[in-house]
Amino acid sequence: MRKPEQTYFLIYGLLLILLAATVWLAQIDLGRWNAVAALLIAGMKASLVVIYFMHVRERSGLTKLIAFAGFFWLSILIALTLSDFLTRNWLASSLLFGFNLGFRFLRI
Amino acid sequence: MNIHTNLAEQFEDLPQQHDAGSIGMWVFLSTEIMFFGGIFVAYTIFRILYPAAFAEGSRLLDLPRGTINTAILLTSSFTMASAVHAASKGKRKKLVVLLLVTMALGTIFLAIKGSEYIHIFDDRLFPGSGFAYAGAHTSGVRLFLWMYFLLTALHALHMIIGIIILGVLTYKSNLDKYTTGYYSPVEFGGLYWHFIDVVWIFLFPLLYLIHQ
Repeated sequence: MRKPEQTYFLIYGLLLILLAATVWLAQIDLGRWNAVAALLIAGMKASLVVIYFMHVRERSGLTKLIAFAGFFWLSILIALTLSDFLTRNWLASSLLFGFNLGFRFLRI
Repeated sequence: MNIHTNLAEQFEDLPQQHDAGSIGMWVFLSTEIMFFGGIFVAYTIFRILYPAAFAEGSRLLDLPRGTINTAILLTSSFTMASAVHAASKGKRKKLVVLLLVTMALGTIFLAIKGSEYIHIFDDRLFPGSGFAYAGAHTSGVRLFLWMYFLLTALHALHMIIGIIILGVLTYKSNLDKYTTGYYSPVEFGGLYWHFIDVVWIFLFPLLYLIHQ
């Protein structure tokens, strides 16, 4: 079992490495994967802070549940909003596609 | 000092009180997640609608200063976690020093943030009436800078509140108000500080690292 101070120092080191990694990755052109990589690294950093610095690991199940609920509800907010914004064109284009097919069918 | 003077009468013992307090603190932090989350979602939608303008706006920000500020805030989280540990072991001197270091790091962060703001004002890039940006996507860049100021100013406001909380904790620690059995205020102040750090961890790539 490691001493808490050593754990904190280790997590701190990891956080700085991840910071260097995300700044370095942003200089490379990965297309749309740049945003994915940046958010994945941010998620890893945030998880390290929440689990180790904020002691969620050592808290009761109820505290864990509430901490999880906050992030879970945020993910619902993001997922449902994006399911609207990212698919608006799909609906328009597939409807157009359907109408076109229908009209073509009627003409024949 | 009698430990039980720190125990409110509705609780059986100190661990139960500490647990209840930590649950309450996490409920509060969950509301904070939703508070910042709404603005993050607004940001996401604007970025989907105006990807080129957001990349253009992001390049106007100072990446070195943003990176240094991230490192400073991560360091302050480390010193804060160590401060809570010192409090749990009853090391008063160490606790006071670490709290002061955390406050100093927070103040340096705000000073660098302020210098960034001044830089943007000097370049007439504040998205107000004096906005004088002439690029390909003027209105989109204006929107990005608006989100930048909204998010960073809200974050800075939380930092200022956090520094005030740490100041009170430092004062009380110095008066030896906390014991190994009772250091809940230090721990919960720490939770607030770490939360501010987590918000910044997401703000940094979203504002400074847009690649296009």
